[in-house]
Amino acid sequence: MTATEARAAERKPAQIVDMSWDPITRIVGNLGIYTKIDFANREVVECHSTSSLFRGYSVFMRGKDPRDAGFITSRICGICGDNHTTCSNYAQQMAYGVKPPMLADTIVNLGEAAEYIFDHTIFQDNLVFVDFCEAMVKSTNPSVLARAERTEARNGNIHGYRTVADIMRAFNPFEGEVYKEALKVSRVTREMFCLMEGRHVHPSTLYPGGVGTMPEPTTFTDYLSRLVHVLDFVKKAVAMNDDVFDFFYEALPGYEEVGRRRILLGCWGAFQNPDVCDYRYETMSEWGRAMYVSPGVVVDGKLVTNDLVDINLGIRVLLGSSYYDDWTNEEPFVTHDPLGNPVDMRHPWNQTTVPMPQKRDFDGNYSWVMSPRWYDRNSAEHLALDTGGGPLARLWSTALNGLVDTPYVKATGHSVQISLPKSEKLPEMTLEWKIPKWSNTIERDRARPYFVAYAAAMAFYFLERAMGFVRAGETKVFENYEVPDEAIGCGFHEAVRGVLSHHLVIKDKKIANYHPYPPTPWNGSPRDSYGTPGPYEDAVQGQPIFEENGPDDFKGVDIMRTVRSFDPCLPCGVHMYLGKGNTLTKLHSPTYGAAHA
Amino acid sequence: MTVESGTTEVSQHPDGAEPRRGFDEVHILWISEGMSCDGDTISMTAAGQPGIEDVVLGLVPGLPKVNLHNKVLSPAMGGEDFLAPFRAAARGELEPFILVIEGSIPNQNIIEGDGYWTSFGNDPDTGDPLTLNWWIDHLAPRAWAVVAAGTCATYGGIHAMAGNPTGSMGLADYLGWDFRSQGALPIVNVPGCPIQPENFMETLTWVLHHAAGSAPPPPLDHMLRPQWLFGRTVHEGCDRAAYYEQADFGRDYNSPKCQVKVGCWGPVVNCNVPKRGWMSGVGGCPNVGGICIGCTMPGFPDAFMPFMDEPAGGTFSTVLIRPYGAVIRRLRGITNMAVNREPKWRHDKAALTSGYDPYWRPTGAAKRERERAR
Repeated sequence: MTATEARAAERKPAQIVDMSWDPITRIVGNLGIYTKIDFANREVVECHSTSSLFRGYSVFMRGKDPRDAGFITSRICGICGDNHTTCSNYAQQMAYGVKPPMLADTIVNLGEAAEYIFDHTIFQDNLVFVDFCEAMVKSTNPSVLARAERTEARNGNIHGYRTVADIMRAFNPFEGEVYKEALKVSRVTREMFCLMEGRHVHPSTLYPGGVGTMPEPTTFTDYLSRLVHVLDFVKKAVAMNDDVFDFFYEALPGYEEVGRRRILLGCWGAFQNPDVCDYRYETMSEWGRAMYVSPGVVVDGKLVTNDLVDINLGIRVLLGSSYYDDWTNEEPFVTHDPLGNPVDMRHPWNQTTVPMPQKRDFDGNYSWVMSPRWYDRNSAEHLALDTGGGPLARLWSTALNGLVDTPYVKATGHSVQISLPKSEKLPEMTLEWKIPKWSNTIERDRARPYFVAYAAAMAFYFLERAMGFVRAGETKVFENYEVPDEAIGCGFHEAVRGVLSHHLVIKDKKIANYHPYPPTPWNGSPRDSYGTPGPYEDAVQGQPIFEENGPDDFKGVDIMRTVRSFDPCLPCGVHMYLGKGNTLTKLHSPTYGAAHA
Repeated sequence: MTVESGTTEVSQHPDGAEPRRGFDEVHILWISEGMSCDGDTISMTAAGQPGIEDVVLGLVPGLPKVNLHNKVLSPAMGGEDFLAPFRAAARGELEPFILVIEGSIPNQNIIEGDGYWTSFGNDPDTGDPLTLNWWIDHLAPRAWAVVAAGTCATYGGIHAMAGNPTGSMGLADYLGWDFRSQGALPIVNVPGCPIQPENFMETLTWVLHHAAGSAPPPPLDHMLRPQWLFGRTVHEGCDRAAYYEQADFGRDYNSPKCQVKVGCWGPVVNCNVPKRGWMSGVGGCPNVGGICIGCTMPGFPDAFMPFMDEPAGGTFSTVLIRPYGAVIRRLRGITNMAVNREPKWRHDKAALTSGYDPYWRPTGAAKRERERAR
C-alpha cells in the first residue's frame, strides 16, 4: 500500500500501546478487538479479533429430522435468522430433489428483499453512522467537523441538508432526524418482511418445499403500499451517504487507507430466478448464474469464478487459532460431489466440530470462530475472502458479472444501475454504483445504502411477478416430497452481511452432518493454520490513525469504523475505548518496520 | 375446543413485599451474552407499543427515569465505559437495577481447566474472559428485579436441546425456581423465540410501573410467565381454529385451513401471537401460514420435533372431532347457501312484494281495513 510506504519514510521511534475493545457494543454476538497501536507513527501495528461464544449447532443438529434444520438454524442469528432458514431450505431442496412452485421462490425473494432493506437501514443509520455523526466527529476530529460546517452538501437538493455538518447532526443518536426516521423505517420494513415470512427474526412460514404464506392479492398490496412509502428515505440515504463519504476523502487525505485490504471478495449470490433454478447440484452452475445477485469470487479486481460448483468445492475450514480439535482422522462423509469431483477433507461436508474450551492465548488459540478460507486452484492460496460487509462484494460481483438484466436493476460489467420509481416527494431516479478503486472502510459503508436501493428496486420486480402468478391463478406455494434415506445438499445465499452456505448430509433419513457458514466466520476469523489473519485483523492491522486524540483520551474511532464497516453481525455503534491505554513497550522503528514490511 | 392452561398465580402477593414508595430512577442492566442469537434485543427494537425509545426518553407517564444499558442500544461510549455500570452493580455500588438476561445459561462446571463457553468483558486483574455465569452470580443477588427475555433465558430453548455440548439451561434452572429478587419478585419470564416485541415491552413497562410504586407486581403463572399474555393457547386466538372445529384440516402448506395435521401445536401452546400478530398486528404463525412449533414453551424444542409432522395426540383428537365437525360443516353449508341468496322480493316486476302495504294502495289490505273502520 503506497500510503504505508510513504509513512515509513518519515518513521519516528515507535510508541506502542496495547488497546482493546471487548465487548464491542451494538453487535449480535460477542466480539473483542485487541490491538497494538503505534502512536508515534499513528498506525495500528497488530490486531487480533476474538469471539467468546460457543453454542454448537453443528453438534446438536446431528441425528435430528433434516426438515427441522431451517427452524433450528434460524436461531443461529438474531438479526438475519431468515437468511439461515432460506439457505437451509435451499440445501434441503437439493437433498430432497424438490423444486418449490415459482410463486414460493418469489415470496421468499420478497421476504429477503425486505430483510436487506430493514437490516442495512438499522445498521447503517442507527449504528454505523454514529461513528460519523456530529457528536462523534466533534470528540475525535474537531477540525474535520469545523470543515464540515463550511462544506456545502452536493446532494442537498435530494436530501434537504445544506452542509455536511447538517447531515452529521441528523445522525446524532436518539436526537437526530435521520436516526429517528431510520428506526421507524426499520419497523415498517420489518412489517413488509412479516407479510412474506410471518415473523421477524425467526420466520414462521418458510418450509423446505415452499412457503405457507397465503398468496392473496392483499398480501402483496400490503407489502407494496409500505414499499412505496419508504422509497423517499432510500433515495435520500444514498445521497446523504455519498456526500459524507466523499467529504471524508477530501477532508482527510489518505483516508482511503483506513480499513483497506487486498481486493478479496466473495459473494454466494441471492434471489433465485424461479424460471431457471431447479435446486439440483448437477445444474447449479447454470441456475447460480441466473440469480438476481450474481455469485462470484473477486481477486484483485478480477472475477475468478461465478460458478457455484467451483465456489462450493473451494471452501476450506481451517482451525489455526480457534478452540477446536481437528477432524482429519475421521471418516469423510462425502468423498465426491454429485458431478464426480473430489471433496476435500477440510470441506464443510466433511467437517466434524470438536469443541475444546481453553484459556485465551493471543499467541496460541484465542477464538471460538474457525477460519473458513477459499482455496484458489490457480494460485494454490487459501484466500481469506471477506464479504465487504455484504453489499460491497454483492455489488462488485454483480457488476463484474454483467448478468443481471431486469427493468429495475442492470449490471453493466463495471457498474450496477438501479432504477427506483417516483415516490412521495422525489421523482423517478436511476442510481449508479460504480466499482470503486479500493476495498476499504468507506467503500464498504457506501455500498450499503446502494444495496438498500437495489433490494427495493428488485422488490418491485418480484411484486410484479408475484401478482402475475396470483392473477393467473397460479397460487400454489408448496410442493410435497419424501425425505430420502441418504442424500447430500448445499445451499448458497447471502446473509445481510455476506456469504452464507449450509452443507447437509443425510443418512437413514436423519442429519448425519450439518455445517452452516455465515459471513462472520469469514470476516471475523482469527489467524488460520497458515498464519493468515482474518479480514477484520488484516484490515485493521497497518491502518493509519486519523483521530486527533492522543493515547490518554483515545477513542479508536478509525478502528471501530473499520471493524463496523464489515457489519460484524449486527448494528454496531458507539463502542469506544475510554480511559488510558497500557503502555507496553517502546520499540525502535527499524524492528517494527522490518516486521511489518 | 379449549385446553386448560393450568395456570396459577404465584406473585400477586409475593413473599415479603412490604408497602413502599417507588423509585424515581432505575437502571436496566441487559446482558445478552448468554447462549443467544441476540434476537430478543432485535425483536424488542421492533416494538412500537411502547417503543423502547419512548420508555428511555420518558414519554410513558408514571415510569421512573430509565437508564438502559444494552449492548445494542446504549448511548454510552462503550468499552470500559460500557462495562462500568455492570462492574459497579457487581460491587454493590449501583442500585436499584433490573437485570435482564438474554440467552440460555451454559454449564461452566462441565469444563475442565480455564476454558469458557461465553464471556462478557474481562477480569481487570488477569485479563481473562469473565464468564456469563460469573456475572449472574454477582448481579442476580443484588438485582431489584430479574427478567428473562426469550425462551433461551426462560427455559433453555434451542441451545439447551438434546445433544447440546454446553449443558445449557434457563435462568430459573440456574438460580432456582424459588429465587426472589431484592424487590421480592420471582424471575419474570417472557418466553418466545424470539420474544414477541410488544409482549416484552408491555411486561417490562409493568415491572417499571411496579418499580415506580404505581402498580402491583405483574401476575405470573407457575412457569413465571405473565398470565395475561400466556394464559390462553395459540388455538384459542387462531383465526384458523374454526376449521378445526369443523374437522376441516389442511393436508399441506398450500391450504388456508387448520394446520394441525401438518405439524401445528397451537392447541396446546401458551402464546398470544395469532391474536396479537407479530408486530403492529402484522404477521404471526398459524394465522398466516406458519405451523406453531411451540417456541414459547418450556418443552421447546425437543417436545415439538419433528416440527413438520402431526403432533402426538393430533390423530386422536382430530378423529374425535371428525363426526361432529362433518355434521356441523354440512349443516352450516346448507345455511350458508340459504344466506347467500337474495330475498325474492327484489325484482323489477309491476308489483311490490316486499311486504310493505300502505293505506293509499288501492288493492291493499291496509286501505280496505281503513275503509271498513270509517
